Amino acid sequence: MGEEGQVKALEGSSNIGRSGVMATVPLLRVLALFATAAATIVMALNKETHTFVVATVGNTPVKLTLTAKFQHNPANVMFVIANGVATLHSLLMLALSFVSHTYDLKGLRFLIVAALDMMTIALVSGAATATVFMGELARHGNSHARWNKICDNFERYCNQGSGAIIASYIGILFLMIVNMVNISKRGRLSL
Amino acid sequence: MNKAQWIPIIVLRFIAMASTFVATLVMITSHDSAKVLGMTFQAKYNNSPTLKYFVIVCVITTVYSLATLFVPPKKSWRPVLVLDLIIMSFLISSFSAAVGVGQLGKEGNSHAGWLPICGQVPKFCHHVSAALIAGFVAVIFYVLLLLYSLNNVLDLVAFKA
Repeated sequence: MGEEGQVKALEGSSNIGRSGVMATVPLLRVLALFATAAATIVMALNKETHTFVVATVGNTPVKLTLTAKFQHNPANVMFVIANGVATLHSLLMLALSFVSHTYDLKGLRFLIVAALDMMTIALVSGAATATVFMGELARHGNSHARWNKICDNFERYCNQGSGAIIASYIGILFLMIVNMVNISKRGRLSL
Repeated sequence: MNKAQWIPIIVLRFIAMASTFVATLVMITSHDSAKVLGMTFQAKYNNSPTLKYFVIVCVITTVYSLATLFVPPKKSWRPVLVLDLIIMSFLISSFSAAVGVGQLGKEGNSHAGWLPICGQVPKFCHHVSAALIAGFVAVIFYVLLLLYSLNNVLDLVAFKA
């Protein structure tokens, strides 16, 4: 009887504390949303054109125009898609946090939110690290495989890609903090 | 915590540990050389920072799984769960990067002028593919382990809806 009352008190306090300390989780989700959205947009707009002078025929130089787009590298494509999915996930969780007290999923809610958070973290971290290593290859090349570096000609392209990767890692950090906060609290989920 | 809850965790963790161990060993022993126009073209996992990262993360995961196998199953599983999440994130990121570089080695990238290398060093490519398959098995089992641990944490909390 006393234990039932205690559990009811705990449930009640989670609703009362929602506007105070518990508002940090939606705030962290907003930050993660902005970070992943920035990463998506910055990488999707990554494009640079450079004109090389290849040879000189007589007095006229022979020019060659090369374009570096983000979709030339499949890791960048996965990066854009994964960060887009993470943005939508954060948006969905934020929307859910406003309507969560009207639905009662009887304990399944914790599992769904934490598991989905975990999946998003895994997806975005995989995409971000793959893009990091592709960018490292572009910046330094690989002499053993005879792969030349391309960042010396496309400096702005490489720097923009680096910025997008940094934004994505900030998003991963915030998503991880949210997931750990959700796991650490004893089921008093603030979404 | 009763037996039905911690026996699957130990089994899953053991399989994941064995998979990462196998992936490390296979990747370390990958080595091939080819002679093209008088030049010797040697391929080792050392030549690619991505594969080095994969090996390092797999070693860390093996050691961590071995250490966590001996943690007594109590109610306070949460620090283990949080560390599991971090290690899983590393494992997935290293596997994804290694698969990306492997695809680059197999098919090249015509836009950047990078030629595929699997034609010259097929043995190395097969070795790396085998290591990546073992890494994929480890990733799958780690995700299953984490989902099952989350389910356990839910059972530990008295959820009277």
